[in-house]
Amino acid sequence: MPDFGFSIKTARTENLDKVSLEKYRELLRKVPSFKRCFQCGCCSATCSAQQYTNFNIRKVHTSFRRGEYNLLSEELKKCMLCGKCTLLCPRGVNLRSLIMNMRQLLEEPVK
Amino acid sequence: MKIQVIPYNIFVIPFLVGVALLLVICLYKYIRWIGKFNKQQRDTIKKNWFSWKIFSAVWEMFREGLLHVKIFKKNFLLGVMHQAYALGWFLLIVVGFAESTLTMKYLQQENSVERVYQLENQGDWYVKEKGEGVIDELTLGNEEVSKINYKRPFYVSIFYRYFVHDVPSSFRNAHLFSNVMDGLLLYVFLGLTMAIIKIMYSRILGMRRTTRHTIVDRFSKFALWSIFPLRLLAESVTACLYGNGGFFTQTIGNLFDPMIVRGMEHSLWMFYSVMLSVFFVTLPFTRYMHIFTELFLIYFRKIGVKESNEKSGYTMFELNACSRCGVCIQGCPLDKELGNHKVQSVYLVRSIRNQERPGKIKMIADDCLMCDRCSVDCPVGIDLNAIRRIVRNKGTLDTKGNYSYVHENKYSFNAIGRIAYFGGCMSHLTPGITESMEKIFEAAGQKYWYMDKQRSVCCGRPLQQQGFLNQAAELREKNSDMIEKSGAVMLVTSCPICYRSFKTEYNLSIPVLHHTEYIDMLLKQDKIKVRKDDKKVSYHDPCELGRGCGIYEEPRSVLKRVTNLQKTRYQKDKSVCCGFNLGNTVLTVEQQTKICNASLKNLTSKPVDTVVTACPMCKKAFIRATNEYPVRDIAEVVAENLIN
Ligand code: SF4
Ligand code: SF4
Ligand code: SF4
Ligand code: SF4
Repeated sequence: MPDFGFSIKTARTENLDKVSLEKYRELLRKVPSFKRCFQCGCCSATCSAQQYTNFNIRKVHTSFRRGEYNLLSEELKKCMLCGKCTLLCPRGVNLRSLIMNMRQLLEEPVK
Repeated sequence: MKIQVIPYNIFVIPFLVGVALLLVICLYKYIRWIGKFNKQQRDTIKKNWFSWKIFSAVWEMFREGLLHVKIFKKNFLLGVMHQAYALGWFLLIVVGFAESTLTMKYLQQENSVERVYQLENQGDWYVKEKGEGVIDELTLGNEEVSKINYKRPFYVSIFYRYFVHDVPSSFRNAHLFSNVMDGLLLYVFLGLTMAIIKIMYSRILGMRRTTRHTIVDRFSKFALWSIFPLRLLAESVTACLYGNGGFFTQTIGNLFDPMIVRGMEHSLWMFYSVMLSVFFVTLPFTRYMHIFTELFLIYFRKIGVKESNEKSGYTMFELNACSRCGVCIQGCPLDKELGNHKVQSVYLVRSIRNQERPGKIKMIADDCLMCDRCSVDCPVGIDLNAIRRIVRNKGTLDTKGNYSYVHENKYSFNAIGRIAYFGGCMSHLTPGITESMEKIFEAAGQKYWYMDKQRSVCCGRPLQQQGFLNQAAELREKNSDMIEKSGAVMLVTSCPICYRSFKTEYNLSIPVLHHTEYIDMLLKQDKIKVRKDDKKVSYHDPCELGRGCGIYEEPRSVLKRVTNLQKTRYQKDKSVCCGFNLGNTVLTVEQQTKICNASLKNLTSKPVDTVVTACPMCKKAFIRATNEYPVRDIAEVVAENLIN
């Protein structure tokens, strides 16, 4: 069964005071279409990399949105930039640009 | 006594300084660039620098540097303009040189002291005893002149009419020469007039839009443009005073009053010389650097030097060979459909050459569909997308992918002797194509191995296009490994993006075919039988298949057998990108759709029943954009019309 990222999560707490959304805001500036994402998961469902591993692009960009940047950089390297997700996204999110910009931002030191 | 006779006037100084600076600067630049060639390019040069290819290089230099055949083919009037400048000026120099050489030879033969007196009276010739200083008329008269030796510095031919007012009557060709020179000057004027028209009404010359030039370029252009009118004026005034002009300059000269223009002659020649000098000195820093650089580029390209993934000396030659002619602007869908006039190749090339802000260069390089339209159109043949790739190179971001997962899932399928079929990621979103291909394989009785049926590995081209070169290579390695080990005898792919990658970036030992080629082959070998329906269809040339790999005829030949193929206005290498080319990551879906609509409009300008393409990406793009027309892939059309 492919993991579409819809599985029930265990309860958890997040300390919002500690979350830095600086990178997320920068990402929105660079890829404004990301604002439109409504988390449907179509991108993950079609993803070429997802067919092999538990790489889940929706999870990745949702984590980024929440300011959880740990491990994302390595995870994003699994993407082959094939563009299926971009073509399928019902909200017209430019996912390939999103992925490249996430990688770029994760590379940069936190301001 | 042996004497030497030398033409000289102060106005040759600016010209000489200009030429000297031009030479020094160009030499400095060329040597520096050649020094920056990378190892591989250097090896190519070492291996091939002297081979038979030099002949074809020289021929191409003549054809492209002077005749401008490629521009002629694209746009006749523009070709006339460029040719008039290049060929006209070149011939002015060559014929002028011949004229001055021959005349001086006659003067030499005449060997008359009277002639020397006459020249010296003109005030611009110096008579000098061999090895000694200048001698004047009086001393010359006293001694027997045993030998007269005419010196001919190379600038004589540039200012010929000023120095030679009168030629020996035995030199019969004098008149012919002056008429030919006037004709050539007129020819250059034709180009000049067209260039002025182009600035004001570019559409007359078939240009939708012309290049926006920088101040420096405009200044240099002003100098260039003033050279020829000044030459005409100067020669006409001289013709007025001494009657040595041809049909054009003499006619104009006759309009002047000798009393009035006498005082202007020298200044006009001076002006002419200064403008030449200004043009020469600015040349290496403006677009006119293309004049010489293009010749070098042609040579290097002919002997097999190629662009690499990093900026190298060869890149500098490519960048400087761009004449900023603006041909690449005409077809660019971003310019035409989206009104984005900043990112065309001409501006990319210029901004790199002028070392503008890296952010700006990156912005220009990223916002491009990589549709190859400009590369095909560019008359200089600059490898524009290679230059884009160099800028897009991701550097440190592109260390290593995380693709270890691909190997874990390698098939243990035995494909020996079969055809390997690679649908490609995008074909998985258009299953109609892959199902049709399976049908066709079966109808032909061909055993095949559907490589990526359940799980697809990307071919690597999307990464390659975005500058993740190492990661792309990693994927290529995995795919190559899988294909080579499978024992398949041929690779057929349905996606032109993958096709181009397999064809040009991989190094496979088996033949690679796009499905249009494969179907065409089956039809020609009678392995499958089809009926012909009478639906009218138009065919869209996918960028990567057409311009990318030159596959134009196979799909057409297939379609002609199964259906009724219509021509469209922009087709083959002029086809309009569907807008969804993976080369671009900057455009929004709305912008892409706008380009897609333009592409579709071209395909449906004549009444058609179906729009046909050969790329899953284009198919998906068109399907999104239209409800009016059914959109099919060539494989689907053929599969529908199979007769078992
Ligand atoms: S497909 Fe588009 S809208 Fe849906 S989760 Fe992915 S990015 Fe968001
Ligand atoms: S581009 Fe990356 S994330 Fe999108 S479908 Fe392809 S592999 Fe998955
Ligand atoms: S890139 Fe080619 S087509 Fe474009 S301006 Fe330069 S020479 Fe002309
Ligand atoms: S490749 Fe296509 S989109 Fe890019 S500059 Fe050239 S014509 Fe324009």
